[in-house]
Amino acid sequence: MSDRLHAIRFTVNGEGRAVQVPPMKRLLDVLREDLHLTGTKEGCGEGECGACSVLLNGDLVNSCLVPVAQADGAAIDTVEGLGADERLHAVQRAFLECGGAQCGMCTPGMLVASAHLLRKNPRPDLAAIREGLNGNLCRCTGYMRIFEAVERAVSSTSANGASEGRG
Amino acid sequence: MPQEKIVGQPMLRKEGVAKVCGRAQYIDDLTLPEMLYGATVRSSIARGRILGIEFGEGIPWDEFVIVTATDIPGDNEIALINHDWPCLAAEFVNHPEEPIVLLAHRDRHLLPKAVAAARVSYEEWPAVFTIEESERGEPVVWGEDNVFKSFLMEKGDVDAMWAGADLIVEGDYATGAQEHLYIENNGAIAAFSPEEGLTVWGSLQCPFYVHKSLVKLTGLAEEKVRIVQVETGGAFGGKEDYPSMIGAHAALLAMKSGKPVKIAYDRAEDMAATTKRHPSRVRHRTAVTRDGKLLGAEIEIALDGGAYSTLSATVLSRATIHAGGPYFWPSIRVRSKAFATNCPPHGAFRGFGAPQSLFAIERHMDHVAEALGLAPDELRRRNFLKTGQTTTTGQEIKENIDLDALMGRALKESGYHAKRGRFARQNAGSGMKKKGIGLASFLHGSGFTGSGERYLNSLAAMDVTTEGKPRVLVSSTEFGQGTNTILCQIAAETLGIDYEAVEMGPPDTSVVPNTGPTVASRTSMVVGKLVHSAAVGLKQTLLTSGLLQEGYTTGEFVAAARTYVAQHGALRAESRYQAPPGVHWDDQRYRGEAYAAYAWAVYVAEVTVDLATCGVEVDDFVAVQEVGRVLNPVLAGGQIEGGVAQGIGYALYEKVVLQNGHMANNQMTNYIMPTAEDVPPIHVFFEEIPFGYGAFGAKGIGELPHDGPAPAILNAIRDATGVGFRAITLLPEDLFVELAVREPVAEAAL
Repeated sequence: MSDRLHAIRFTVNGEGRAVQVPPMKRLLDVLREDLHLTGTKEGCGEGECGACSVLLNGDLVNSCLVPVAQADGAAIDTVEGLGADERLHAVQRAFLECGGAQCGMCTPGMLVASAHLLRKNPRPDLAAIREGLNGNLCRCTGYMRIFEAVERAVSSTSANGASEGRG
Repeated sequence: MPQEKIVGQPMLRKEGVAKVCGRAQYIDDLTLPEMLYGATVRSSIARGRILGIEFGEGIPWDEFVIVTATDIPGDNEIALINHDWPCLAAEFVNHPEEPIVLLAHRDRHLLPKAVAAARVSYEEWPAVFTIEESERGEPVVWGEDNVFKSFLMEKGDVDAMWAGADLIVEGDYATGAQEHLYIENNGAIAAFSPEEGLTVWGSLQCPFYVHKSLVKLTGLAEEKVRIVQVETGGAFGGKEDYPSMIGAHAALLAMKSGKPVKIAYDRAEDMAATTKRHPSRVRHRTAVTRDGKLLGAEIEIALDGGAYSTLSATVLSRATIHAGGPYFWPSIRVRSKAFATNCPPHGAFRGFGAPQSLFAIERHMDHVAEALGLAPDELRRRNFLKTGQTTTTGQEIKENIDLDALMGRALKESGYHAKRGRFARQNAGSGMKKKGIGLASFLHGSGFTGSGERYLNSLAAMDVTTEGKPRVLVSSTEFGQGTNTILCQIAAETLGIDYEAVEMGPPDTSVVPNTGPTVASRTSMVVGKLVHSAAVGLKQTLLTSGLLQEGYTTGEFVAAARTYVAQHGALRAESRYQAPPGVHWDDQRYRGEAYAAYAWAVYVAEVTVDLATCGVEVDDFVAVQEVGRVLNPVLAGGQIEGGVAQGIGYALYEKVVLQNGHMANNQMTNYIMPTAEDVPPIHVFFEEIPFGYGAFGAKGIGELPHDGPAPAILNAIRDATGVGFRAITLLPEDLFVELAVREPVAEAAL
């Protein structure tokens, strides 16, 4: 890895940020170490588990596989941008109620992937939910309650007529 | 059913909001001032003598903190049952990946280069890698005969029994290792100062196990060692023993450097170096009458324990006790042994020996049924244990059990009989996709085995904060299963206040009493009961003080508690474990009450086997169980579904490839666990028979669901293909050898 520092400017959760980092540093490490956004997790470091899922210009990516140079000028969305406490995103609320989160380690990536899925396909059927989340491994739940949570998020957002979350 | 308002309800996970907001702090999310990063130099060979360690060129070694076995102040051992597991190899190595040297530096990116540059030279010795090699004792690598532990469990007159048999059915079964694959790898941070002592924060299940081990390792006084569990991203048994190792390593580096040190494994190191499920070989010989009554059996169990004994003796114990399944055996003999091999030590994994021996009995029952010309469900029904009968350890079943009802429910919910008939007709056609349905019935003992709970002598407490908020004080930890939530539900229900008003104390050995380890499906039943008793004590103290009157609201309770603390300085109630009456265990003869209670289940799997690809898909899964009272239906359902998914992986995907003891596929890329597209719909049903000595009637739940899926799936594959596979992990290439390569002539001859 080149140790030379580059200035990288990008938007993270809607906020302009600038960092001085080696250009090949993983986006995952820049988020966690330089921006202290530790909600994004490392599970495998090779793009298999999806715990590090974030949105890069609206696309779902594994941030462990993205050199930060590729994110220069981009818009990044992480779990911290979905919602918090009294203003939970519909998928966060549904994961909480349905038991979609157990140990919580896959949860940030799973939530980002779920929100991404609902943005692309506001009314996914079960097959589309399975496909949309097939890059995010969960070892605790057996996925059933995650599917149920996404379905509940669909019905809660369509019932409210609300489009929650960023993007 | 009792009319509780909080217990039995789907209360939201206590730490759930923090988790869905990404705010929950796991070990690798934490950083301390001046913290160094630690890494481990490991053995590249399976067995031999260490000749020397060379610190190669190109590394600024003077910037590194370097620890070897000579730096250990106390005993060089990870304290568990025996004293054979070194913290750092000193003179000999006994498995690949055995830790030898520890390094620390402030720049974590320098560490991989330094680890690669630290070269250990060895005199390599011959090693054993399988149960068979270890059994032959060529060479002996542990003790006098490579045997960590053996049991002989006997009921009735087994030798005389064979004469009365109409039929004797034999079968050999085998299971492979399995990686826990918690999404969060093992990690720990340690900090030390002579004044403050040692503190270790970690991703772990059992704070007091780590405490015990570090006291021996460091020679520090007990009160100078403090262990704190931080948010833990999955464990499944994989963080029962290993945190004592990684915690010890971080501690040694911190003590030598005087700075905080973090060690966080990456996935490859975690998979290669930490514990796995014990591989097994189980041999059955069964006597039955023509009308399908089990007369007796001889069962031989062998486990591969890896290079050090760690928890193998207790894993073997549970495997032995569960070997007969949920059936009544007039006579039975189980001989079991745990063998040493030069693989990394195998350890605790959800089910703890039971999935191995239950795989064997439940596959075997289908073969016995076939030999008798009986349907698989019918043979099981004719032999189910009933209340008043005795188990293989001679324990009289005093609980109300109704395995017939569980079986009936499972068959009905899965449409078993109709599907079996339909699949048989369809499979007779020429299509390449064959369908099958299979079942497994099983039991799982709740809590520590035998005298275990009495030895643990667990203590739980409740106190209130200065704000008057009640806290649950236990060393039982949350790692996804719902400990925080169910214990707060039990406390709130007992105190008669809102769930939201109760909080968990910190899982910190300097704050909470020793409630024992968070293992063995003991939290709901055993610890829950202690929390219930402590809550009763807390409530009684407030009521008798006159500060609180019956019929109180949550607000009145909190106000009274606050006043009590202001007046008396503290409000605290404790409860210590007491064995239910009539629980006796003979450790020598393995007779008596092996467990205070058992959970019971019948699972049904439906599969499609594609003869063209030899791929197996699980199409549908029904899980019916009786776990006593269900404390939280959302969490309980999640435990079952997650366990079933792990069981599917155990059966069909997750093969640990060990080459000369080294895990060759230590990546998520080539060790495959079920994804969102691989799991079938999992239908979960609970029959609730409250257990008198568990919290609000609860029994154990966490491990049970891992026991049933593998045999149910392989029984379904047998239904689909006619081939009774006897070993897992069953990969498409294994099916191919049997289904496609086999000569048609040979098939006809079978």
